[in-house]
Amino acid sequence: MERLWTIMRKEVYHIWRDPRTLGLILLLPGLLLILLGFGISGESQDLSMVVADLSKTDASRRYLDYYVASDDFEVVASAASEVEVLAFIDGGKAQVGLLIPEAFGRTLETGGTAEVQLYVNGSADPANVQTIQLKLSAIGQMASQTILVRRITHVGAATGLSLPIDTFVKTLYNPNGDRKLYIIPGLIPVILELQGLLLSALAIVKEREQGTMEQLIVTTIKPWELMLGKIIPYLVVSTFTLLSMLALSQLLFGITIAGSFWELLGLSLIFIVGSLGMGVLISNLAQSQMQAMYLAMFIVLIPSIILSGMIYPRDGMPWASLFYSELLPVTHYLTILRAIFLRGVGAAALWPSILPLIGLSIVYFVASIFVFRKRI
Amino acid sequence: MSAENAIEIHDLVQRFGSFTAVDHVTFSVPRGEIFGLLGPNGAGKTTTIRILCGILLPTSGRASVLGFDVARQPEEIKKRIGYMSQKFSLYGDLTPQENLDFYASIYAVPRAGRAGRISELIELSGLGEHRKTLTRNLSGAWRQRLALACAIVHRPPMLFLDEATAGVDPVSRREFWDLIYRMAGEGTSVLATTHYMDEAEYCNQIGMMHAGELIALASPDALRAQMPGTLLQVDCAGPAQAFQVLEAMPGILEMAIHGARLHVSLAEPGQADELQRRLGRAGIAIRSLNAIQPSLEDIFLYMVQQRQPTPTHVVGE
Repeated sequence: MERLWTIMRKEVYHIWRDPRTLGLILLLPGLLLILLGFGISGESQDLSMVVADLSKTDASRRYLDYYVASDDFEVVASAASEVEVLAFIDGGKAQVGLLIPEAFGRTLETGGTAEVQLYVNGSADPANVQTIQLKLSAIGQMASQTILVRRITHVGAATGLSLPIDTFVKTLYNPNGDRKLYIIPGLIPVILELQGLLLSALAIVKEREQGTMEQLIVTTIKPWELMLGKIIPYLVVSTFTLLSMLALSQLLFGITIAGSFWELLGLSLIFIVGSLGMGVLISNLAQSQMQAMYLAMFIVLIPSIILSGMIYPRDGMPWASLFYSELLPVTHYLTILRAIFLRGVGAAALWPSILPLIGLSIVYFVASIFVFRKRI
Repeated sequence: MSAENAIEIHDLVQRFGSFTAVDHVTFSVPRGEIFGLLGPNGAGKTTTIRILCGILLPTSGRASVLGFDVARQPEEIKKRIGYMSQKFSLYGDLTPQENLDFYASIYAVPRAGRAGRISELIELSGLGEHRKTLTRNLSGAWRQRLALACAIVHRPPMLFLDEATAGVDPVSRREFWDLIYRMAGEGTSVLATTHYMDEAEYCNQIGMMHAGELIALASPDALRAQMPGTLLQVDCAGPAQAFQVLEAMPGILEMAIHGARLHVSLAEPGQADELQRRLGRAGIAIRSLNAIQPSLEDIFLYMVQQRQPTPTHVVGE
């Protein structure tokens, strides 16, 4: 037992006396979360918008509210005609223009199709323009669907138009916020795994390369003491990272944990143990630090990003990819984290994901100890 | 298995793929003796030591250390040995004190006497003023003293030194060997590999290895006696040219260039005149010509040559 403590203390010295690496370990996850959190959720907030509301009715003001409420557009000016709207955009004072025709309110009341004209400054970055177009059409669609739904419920049209209203109501408000909510809890597992693997994948092979392992294996140290002594300090570092990322998601992205914090923490620790186990396993198998990095990158990290469901849904994947993703602890942890984070689901309802997570973590961790041989 | 021998090796073989690193080696080392394994790089010395330390499983043959079998009881051996590998293998980002603390704990040195033992080692190795310096900032000689201190922190009855003095200045090497001598005097058995032939003079017994085989096994004096003929040291103008001239002369057992001098081993002492005549005819001026004691290096070269049909041109260090 004392030996385990001694190994841990030595590992802490290694981490602590390399301040540059320590800084990277502590700062990078947060930076990555911020960068990717804003990047992937495609946030381009506060696009300037000029509005010409010629209808000036309750209906037109309500319609306008959809754009304002989306957080993406900021009405910087109002115009009195199409010519004025175009002048604002030409002059670079607004990126987007909205023209609500005089007949808007009347047409809606009589059940007809009202036309709304949107202008987008096409001279900006094409990708950006596309995003703006998508956003505008999404908001427009949402508004018209709401109106459609209201019509159906009011008039009670017994046609094939009837829609599952529940699902609509969800997407009605703030579609962008929803995406962010989806992305951030998806980033946390991948960043945690990235950090855990980079820390642990070098644990054994580095000592082998610098020759200190030869000196260690001629002693009476037991493999489990060495492995555990190396993993526990990393576990502490990863837990710190988890907590700081949770704090960042709340402070910066305004996402709070809907479910139990302690359940989330407990399951996260199991995931971290599994990730570190995989790293140490790789470190045991690799011949050099370079090889360990490649193995970690190509066997675990890239599949984790592509196959785990962080970005792409796993439903349509071919069976081989699906099977591979099942072997990655991150796949199951991602499901768990999203459920606890967003939907406030309790652990009791998550056993189909928790069991494989625990199973895989145990397998990888135990394997990392058993693969280690006190031989050259 | 005799308990009087610290090490017993019988018909040991280690193959890596098609390469045979240790080729049917047999020897034993009595307790309390210093045994030197000599030979060039790649002769199989390090591989032999690794097998004896229980960190390399031999392909075939038997080996035991302090009565424990290397294949079946490696952990029993590890409790009782100290090992200094040829590469510096302590933690550079730990201080000498921390490295010693670390190994004392790993070797489970009893807590009661631990601090005293570590102070004793720091004093013995003279590391006092460096105990709080990061090890990576120490010079080679200091690191090597620290490595020895770490290897003996648990007072092992058997010590393995693999090229322990490589890259260390002569004075430090001398001091290092004095320390080893003292430890052997107190009953520690030592197996050391080296390619500094002068260091072999410190050993009770010497095994010479070449290409995985043990080609000689005896005390330094006995080895010298094994070398037939007379060894001449020829100090002449062009040793390389002289070497070529003398290659044609019969009765020369072995020849090697040592710096500006030529060492020639003659079957008969009387051939010295013939040697002088031949060099004179070739126009090579002889500054001096003396009969000398063969060094271990001469013996090694002779032994190697005995195993090869054609004489080799070997340039000594």
